[in-house]
Amino acid sequence: MNSLVQRFDTNNALSEIKRTSAIIEEDGDNVSDLMWGSYGGFGNLATGIPKFNIPAVPDPSAFLRLHTDDHTDPSCRIKIQHGTTTLAFRFKGGVIVAVDSRATAGSYIASGTVKKVIEINPYLLGTMAGGAADCQYWETYLGIQCRLHELRNKERISVAAASKYLSNLVYSYKGMGLSMGTMICGWDKTGPQVYYVDSDGTRLKGDLFSVGSGSTFAYGVLDQGHHWDLSDEDAQELGRRSIYAAGHRDAFSGNTINLYHVKEDGWKFIGNYDVSKMHYEGPGDIPGAPGHGYGYSIRTAGKSSADPPTS
Amino acid sequence: MPQTRSFDPYTENGGTILAIAGQDFSVIAGDTRQSEGYSIQTRYAPKVFRLTDRAVLAVNGFAADGNMFVKKVKQRLEWYRHAHAKDMPLRAIARLIQTMLYAKRFFPYYVYNILGGIEEDGTGAVYSFDPVGSYEREACRAAGAAQSLVQPFLDNQIYFKNQVPAPGTTHPAYLSLPDVLSIVIDSFTSATERHIEVGDGLEIYIVFAKTRDLQDFETIRAKNVHLIQELTVAEDGERIFVLRRDLKKD
Repeated sequence: MNSLVQRFDTNNALSEIKRTSAIIEEDGDNVSDLMWGSYGGFGNLATGIPKFNIPAVPDPSAFLRLHTDDHTDPSCRIKIQHGTTTLAFRFKGGVIVAVDSRATAGSYIASGTVKKVIEINPYLLGTMAGGAADCQYWETYLGIQCRLHELRNKERISVAAASKYLSNLVYSYKGMGLSMGTMICGWDKTGPQVYYVDSDGTRLKGDLFSVGSGSTFAYGVLDQGHHWDLSDEDAQELGRRSIYAAGHRDAFSGNTINLYHVKEDGWKFIGNYDVSKMHYEGPGDIPGAPGHGYGYSIRTAGKSSADPPTS
Repeated sequence: MPQTRSFDPYTENGGTILAIAGQDFSVIAGDTRQSEGYSIQTRYAPKVFRLTDRAVLAVNGFAADGNMFVKKVKQRLEWYRHAHAKDMPLRAIARLIQTMLYAKRFFPYYVYNILGGIEEDGTGAVYSFDPVGSYEREACRAAGAAQSLVQPFLDNQIYFKNQVPAPGTTHPAYLSLPDVLSIVIDSFTSATERHIEVGDGLEIYIVFAKTRDLQDFETIRAKNVHLIQELTVAEDGERIFVLRRDLKKD
């Protein structure tokens, strides 16, 4: 990682040498000897902090921005997937994590089945907003480090420590173009915890967060319904209803909702819910559900001859 | 006056790739046209590659990056074979591809990858990747120039999106091989009709789980002997075939 910083620092004599050697080497990714032994064929995840290939130009991050940033230049070639609504909140029964499943590249819906909750280990969940690959890769990497912590210390890592590991890691890449807005959620010795970590280096402890283009819509529902003493069923319903609201009003969010509940004995996947189905029919006959659609019938009931007013 | 030019090492070479997973087979296809702008560079540049007897990789985007990437994946799989005396499982290849793509996070390969094949439990699988390595297992995926033409058709025909089953019936959980092959061929003939960067030739790789009865395939094979070639290396394992067809060349 130091070599990354040095190569980046243009005032450094060493960086000059590094840069020159990078140009001379026909191929930047140095193959470790470990590739040959019993490690053969495994990814660079197994061998410490991975090495990154960097273009031999004066400003590598400007190069990356030129070719990947689709906000300033919609015609750029490499479109990194964006657009999301994710939320997580703490209450007496644990942590509720709810996300949508839409990935967009420009205005094209690249996928409607993205898993935006990353299962770091049985007690830790991470959410995905921003660069899909950045979140997926670094949260998997975090999972490896959490396991190593467990083996070294004979104790599970705290949510505070895990989230700080991630925030320190992304901070070391600050300004190089990583894009992540994530919530690290879990249950440790101190109880249920939610931390917000993003690629600017921000790390916040809190009770309630929502991240992504649809977060404002989710916050609207979340804030008015949130309460520490919520029952498990009502808390799950609040998570589901909030992501539905975002999926309904934010064009970059939608398709389906994934809902997780973290309790003392680890996280549990509650279900996958279609946003359109939530609009017309609701989540069906499950505890906490209203028994009707979230959006359609409450606006149309009693308003037409096909659905006349009762009484 | 000093002139500054931006470093622009990428181009777009057109074409489309597509993969569909069945219950115990997987189909991975791509056209063979390679173009730059409005010029056709060649009518036969493969975009689909056999990695092992149970894994096939389709690569689309910038052809130079794609070919280099496939070369390096194959190299890593060979090292794995030397170290472990077996082929890497499909899900491990998928993770390998993620780490290899992400290693170039700051100088990306301009490629969209689709990996298809047979999982260790004998099910057909498709993994799709973005250029910097985010990936997901799916039942079907189209990528490349005609992605936006083909994917909605697949959503309708494979996932039965916006279709209501006839009263008293349900949508099938898995499609049969002849149905899948028809959908693939129709996807490419239609994409060729409406997209200028798609055409010339079509290569369809078909991977079968080792337990699968190949009766339905042998019927198709008997009718298209000259089009189908077997690429299987090891005996008593998964079997892999390629079907080559013409597409319109204008």
